[in-house]
Amino acid sequence: MNEYFTPGDFLVLKPVILLVLFGMGVMLTDLLLEKHNKYFNAVTALVGVGFASVAMWMIQSQMNRDGAGVYEAFRGAIVLDSFSIFFTWIFLISTAITIIISIRYLEIEEENHGEHYAIILFATAGMILLATGMDLITLFVSLELMVISIYILTGFLKRDRRSNEAALKYLLLGAFSSGILAYGMSLLYGISNSTNLVEIQSKLAQRPAGDPLVMMAVVTLAAGLFFKIGAVPFHQWLPDVYEGAPHPTTAFMSVGPKAAAFALFLRIFMVPLGPVRDQWLPLLIGVSIATMTLGNLAAISQSNIKRLLGYSAISHVGYLMLGLVSGNDTGLKGISIYLLVYAFMNLGAFTVIVAMRRRDLIGDEIDDMAGLMYKSPTAAVLMVIFLLSLAGIPPTAGFLGKYFIFLSLLETGHYTLAVIAVLYVAVALYYYFRIVSVMFMREPIDKELPSMSPGIRVALGVTAAMTLIIGIYPNPFIEFANRTVLAVMR
Amino acid sequence: MVPISYFLVLAAILFVLGVAGFLFKRNIVTIFMSIELMLNAVNLTFVALSYHLRELNGQIFVFFVMVVAAAEAAVGLAIIITVFKHRESLNVDNVDLMKL
Amino acid sequence: MIGGDYVPSNYIPVVIFIVIATLFPIVTLLVAKLVRPSTPEPDKLGPYECGIDPQMESRGRYTVRYYIIAILFVIFDVETIFLFPWAVQFKVLGLFGLIEMLVFLGILIVGYVWVYKKGALEWV
Repeated sequence: MNEYFTPGDFLVLKPVILLVLFGMGVMLTDLLLEKHNKYFNAVTALVGVGFASVAMWMIQSQMNRDGAGVYEAFRGAIVLDSFSIFFTWIFLISTAITIIISIRYLEIEEENHGEHYAIILFATAGMILLATGMDLITLFVSLELMVISIYILTGFLKRDRRSNEAALKYLLLGAFSSGILAYGMSLLYGISNSTNLVEIQSKLAQRPAGDPLVMMAVVTLAAGLFFKIGAVPFHQWLPDVYEGAPHPTTAFMSVGPKAAAFALFLRIFMVPLGPVRDQWLPLLIGVSIATMTLGNLAAISQSNIKRLLGYSAISHVGYLMLGLVSGNDTGLKGISIYLLVYAFMNLGAFTVIVAMRRRDLIGDEIDDMAGLMYKSPTAAVLMVIFLLSLAGIPPTAGFLGKYFIFLSLLETGHYTLAVIAVLYVAVALYYYFRIVSVMFMREPIDKELPSMSPGIRVALGVTAAMTLIIGIYPNPFIEFANRTVLAVMR
Repeated sequence: MVPISYFLVLAAILFVLGVAGFLFKRNIVTIFMSIELMLNAVNLTFVALSYHLRELNGQIFVFFVMVVAAAEAAVGLAIIITVFKHRESLNVDNVDLMKL
Repeated sequence: MIGGDYVPSNYIPVVIFIVIATLFPIVTLLVAKLVRPSTPEPDKLGPYECGIDPQMESRGRYTVRYYIIAILFVIFDVETIFLFPWAVQFKVLGLFGLIEMLVFLGILIVGYVWVYKKGALEWV
């Protein structure tokens, strides 16, 4: 039709377009629905995720037929490689699970508006774009699409003061970090005269070592990205937001958006900032040690389980960053597998917490889980599996992610870091087992059973099965992650 | 002709002022305005660089930054209103149900 | 349109305008203060010399409705930022640009329909 875009460009974006269309569809059909059949919105949203998955599957199989390996669209602003495909699957799975665990929860909270599902779909579209974007403009806009959606989801319980407060804190700190990130991007643009990540990479490689402008760009970009992934010293928002947000939203943002932020983190550090690795490596090592230390030590003293998992999420960020510190094949493979596994085990753990929300019990204190063994043995046993996996004990999947990351540290000679990381696993075991002991050793505080709706049962089944399958038979997943690494190292 | 460095230094000063406002002000709306100031400093940097480098992508970035700032402001105002309804105060020190 | 030779002298009228605009109120107020007789009385110092005395601070609260209108304004106002370059380059962008812009406006219209149906535009 003209020289700007080809129809093929839009085919690459088909999953995103479908998600946005279904999101708008949910908003419009919600206007026609009566109060008692609001669950229909969730069904529409799930169908949307299904369509997007089918579209993604078709693109992937076409890619295999062509033997292309990479699809570029919109003049290199969108790049669909195995890295973005891998992350897209993580996003689609976590979105689907979040939708099915939200249905009952929102009914109990009496906030079952259709917008919840529409905004989840918009956030997912932003996440997929974030993993496929190769241009600073695309990345910035899709990042904001994702985080602004999550601000709204965090404050979704309008009558709950903690939800309001969490949304406010997240919004202020998130907007602040976006500002810093945008400033870093403007410096990169000034250095390289381009917004394309690959071009920036080649321009940056020509700069003399120790260029102050490059240093400033690295520091501002790193600060903005550390905020988004929740690394120390920019982690303060994370426990508050995890505690205040509605349970399914906490589950969602601890998995999908976190993986998306990490995809952005990897892309920025590997592609445009790749040539100046010497300059950011010490910074990254320091931050990852601080993140593991603070996350693990602060988690010990928490009484609120969402807050505890928030601090544990911070410590997982520390482990994930170690994979980038070693920066070789094994490390990057470790990050990919870790994020995939983390999606299942963390969603599983949060699904149990969502089930704890009963008529008049918010269910986010550790004490609320007392005697879960006697009330719902299945939920209690599955929770143990998820917690073991989070701690990284074989044969659960969590072990696999940690294994590759520690292996990569040994391969690159970071022995001290490896020792520190292994020691913190012991600390993590201690605080995860506090939850286990409350579930098994203590008497129940009330008679009311956890609300095990069909959606929650399905979510628990899927996440637990995947946590065990990846742990016991990891080969296909390792193969999948291997291809991801090749795309990033390209 | 005004050298490019003037614009960049001005933008850097504005950015730092925005950061300082974010850190030291206690009124939520003022904090929000500080963030807008930061984003506008980014815009100024982009426009100045785009003009200097004779490359248009920087100006396009500015469009998107402005749109994002507007979306953030809209969501932010909505959240501020709900917080205000519950607390009758716009001082961030009063928003302390959950300790950091 | 990007030209390197940037001549600050084009801005001299603006500087002159700013100087005059600052001086004018200062000079008028000074002259008035020197010329007018000064006889302060309580009635004169009130906001209205006749009529109802003010009941409370004028800086009271606005109803929340104003904020909702403001929020909607902020969102729908920014769309012009994208319409403007399209309008300037309409002939170059051609049919493709038109379709693209219709898609963009379509998304906004979905938002508008939603806002309208939710009753956010009704002034109760």
